Amino acid sequence: MSNLFDLLVAGLATGAIYALVAVGFTLLWQTSQTINFAQGEFVMLPAFLMLAAMHAGAPFWLAIILGILLSMILLGLAFKLLLVDPMMRHGVLPLAIATMALAIGLKEAVKQFFSAEASPFPSIVPTGDISILGHAVSLQSIGVLVVAILAVFGLTTLLNRTSLGHQMQAAAQNPTVARIIGVPVERMILLTFLINAFLVALASLLITPIYLAKFSSGEVLGQAAFIAAIVGGFNQVRGAIAGGLLIGVLDNLAASYVSTQYRAAVPLIFLIVVILFRPQGLLGRAEERTV
Amino acid sequence: MTSFAKPLKIALGLIVIAGLIVVPMNFNRYGLFILSQWAVMTIAAMGLNLTLGYAGQVSLAQGAFVGIGAYAAAIMTTHGWPLPAAIVVAIVLSFAVGWVLGYPALRVQHHYLAFVTLAFSTLAFLVFRNESWLTGGIYGISNIPRPHIFGFATNKPLPFYYVCLGSLAIVSAAVWWLIRSPWGRAFMALRENPLRAQSLGIDTRRYTLMAFAIGSALGGIAGALYAPLTQYIDPVPFNLSLSLDLLMMVIVGGAGFYFGPFLGAMIAVLLPEWLRFTEGYYLMIYAVAVMLLLIWSPTGILGILDRYLAERRTKAASALRAVAKSRLETVQ
Repeated sequence: MSNLFDLLVAGLATGAIYALVAVGFTLLWQTSQTINFAQGEFVMLPAFLMLAAMHAGAPFWLAIILGILLSMILLGLAFKLLLVDPMMRHGVLPLAIATMALAIGLKEAVKQFFSAEASPFPSIVPTGDISILGHAVSLQSIGVLVVAILAVFGLTTLLNRTSLGHQMQAAAQNPTVARIIGVPVERMILLTFLINAFLVALASLLITPIYLAKFSSGEVLGQAAFIAAIVGGFNQVRGAIAGGLLIGVLDNLAASYVSTQYRAAVPLIFLIVVILFRPQGLLGRAEERTV
Repeated sequence: MTSFAKPLKIALGLIVIAGLIVVPMNFNRYGLFILSQWAVMTIAAMGLNLTLGYAGQVSLAQGAFVGIGAYAAAIMTTHGWPLPAAIVVAIVLSFAVGWVLGYPALRVQHHYLAFVTLAFSTLAFLVFRNESWLTGGIYGISNIPRPHIFGFATNKPLPFYYVCLGSLAIVSAAVWWLIRSPWGRAFMALRENPLRAQSLGIDTRRYTLMAFAIGSALGGIAGALYAPLTQYIDPVPFNLSLSLDLLMMVIVGGAGFYFGPFLGAMIAVLLPEWLRFTEGYYLMIYAVAVMLLLIWSPTGILGILDRYLAERRTKAASALRAVAKSRLETVQ
């Protein structure tokens, strides 16, 4: 039983990080029909920005702030203005392909300008274990869970309880009507890009101490977040959260109960089953089908 | 394309074909390898162009079919079977798996279909890596023999380049015929307006599955040539990034244009080689070039050409109209 408990805690911790990344992913889809194939690389990059700041002599806390700010400028503002805006009117597929190219470019840039090797990354949570109900639980897992829950809670409060959040939802659901009733739709879309950049920087900060900073680490993470977003419901924030936690737990359970070789297959098969029988996702609204 | 005179087009085609045959004769080993790789990737991209460009079904699994073909060829030829037999098996196998993969396309479309095929692609990679009794696992299969064609040994790079080029010619001719046949027109109807296609009596169900199966079969052929080309295969080249690369080739070249895959594969395979002098920067330059191209022309390189020709036609037509009008006025 203790094994199962440990697996659940570790699974929830990774799942919480997946959820952060998946939420950003769904936000971009809702407001601008962007399928961001570079979302994994978006998580990889901020850790390197923070490392670069530390190499330049900044203390860890300052490096975190600089990293998050730079991420918001590069992965939020620049991504939207330079790539998404000129391509949005061309439809979903060309933009998705462009983000695939962006993913290659980001990976190569980090490999070239930083390092092809994995670099260690300091943890914001002290390492060690504490005892909960007689189980030793790593502080890192707890810390990750707490930070992720706070971030998600903050985001849902923003979206559901504030006027700004309501405007963002209106801009996502019906841009034309939102514009008529005076919502600054363009600014709202920009805001979701900034929020996505903030979320991926946060995820980067939480996951990099566990898996090290490496230029290729975004591939696995991006795919996991991708699956989480679809399984939960591509068009719902709470769906992405549930999907992230579910995939995290499923992944960890599969590793010890199915086989280590095929652990990656379990979420994928789950994904195919969900798409075929409930394409809108477990918690999603049904979208209009084109056919 | 009507503004090109037909004989001119034929002459241009013949020059390109002659160039592909004659020029590589004094290429070194590596140059021939790259050109053979271009021919193989063009075949795979043509398959995806049928599925995506003509029938409008998004697939992120073409790399998996190249893998299926490559493993089929590697396993059979190392056990003493001739390559043509292996190619037939690769075609049948990829066709069958592609047909099955088409079923989700009957239920879901667009991005959902992309996700299903993406999941399939990664699953196929896991099978290549983990079923080591069949595929050699991470150690792969080495010493894959090159075939004897009509008694000629093709062990050397140049003869095997001609095998790849010849296969490309056969596949190109078959695809040329296919897209001009009623089938090709049915595929395009499926892309443009599935509801209307159905009401006109086209069995959209069957054609959707066919689009997947035929496209996948071409991926299988490409794989069956890839295995003897590299003479060693392991799972790594057939992961998701190959599927994404092939998709990029089709879109960059121009999806739905016959010559799109040729150009797209040329850019994806040859451009990194030309940019090799930039050392570590070449993939970055490639990525930026793809993004800039897509911003400029989301329909790919041939989309630019198409637009340019269309513009010229409109200009020519309005010039004619103006002349006719002024004549009419002078008569009055």
